[in-house]
Amino acid sequence: MTFLQFTSPTAARRVFLGRSGLMLSSAAVALLAGNDALAARNAGPGSNDVRILNTALGAELEAIAAYQLGAESKLLDKPALDLATTFQGHHKAHADLLAETVIKLGGKPAVAKSSYGFPVDQLQSQADVLKFAARLEQGAVSAYLGAVPLFGDPQLAKAAASILGDEAMHWAVLRQAIGEPPVPSPFMS
Amino acid sequence: MNRFVSAAAIALAAGTSASAWALGPGDEVRGDQVYVRCMACHSLASDRVGPRHCGLFGRLAGSVAGFEYSPAMKNSRIVWNDKTLDRFLSDPASMVPGTTMTYAGIPNPQERADLIAYLKHANGTSECASSQQAGAH
Repeated sequence: MTFLQFTSPTAARRVFLGRSGLMLSSAAVALLAGNDALAARNAGPGSNDVRILNTALGAELEAIAAYQLGAESKLLDKPALDLATTFQGHHKAHADLLAETVIKLGGKPAVAKSSYGFPVDQLQSQADVLKFAARLEQGAVSAYLGAVPLFGDPQLAKAAASILGDEAMHWAVLRQAIGEPPVPSPFMS
Repeated sequence: MNRFVSAAAIALAAGTSASAWALGPGDEVRGDQVYVRCMACHSLASDRVGPRHCGLFGRLAGSVAGFEYSPAMKNSRIVWNDKTLDRFLSDPASMVPGTTMTYAGIPNPQERADLIAYLKHANGTSECASSQQAGAH
């Protein structure tokens, strides 16, 4: 069964929120927001960990804008629209947490750009929008994969890996929705 | 691509050094697949979390107008070419400590060669030509 074959969007949304979003948020908050010792170990606005978190935050803010573009495009029918809204919510949760953590570490969180150069002229159908989103999610998985080994604090690496897992699920579900094999290989790079 | 990824994973698991790969000429088609890894932050024609890649070859690092670079990149005095890109892509933070490109790098030299071949090819396409023309006005 693909996501688009759920009998009702509400059911689909409930499944996705129930299985991933809320659980991820509580785990991530416990890892980051409640750990004051972490702040003490990694203080400093110019620290490497702050740079990594801010780069990730910039990408999350762009993802939020991309899903907003998709949601407002009028190209997504209701089940796919629900998918986009749910995933956008996950990215908002990631962004909130990353920004909070940057502040906790003494840094200044990255802010959303006033505009993004999305390839709007290439988005002519629902499939185009979902493919575009899938490519962004795949890129995000690679970005987190490349960032995880760089953290000085293993708890931050663990939290970033938790976000990576969520983005990988987004990518797989989007691939499934556009009729591609959801998990094309045993390894990510 | 899958074979490539698997080979990389096996080599990593076995502790094989990057130099164990036999290096062939860069392949832009394979490089297109490697470029997907860059796409969370980069695109060819527009600035995103990272700067655009059109016009990359011969460009002074940290010099795309309007893009906010780290001081480290701005002051690096690197000019992008095959050699500097290969070194940077293998371990960005080691070549430019303080860069906001917080990515561990691409350890496989063949994949780096493929990616550089792709970037070169892309810089010769109409997408880059028109974006650079637009930027000149």
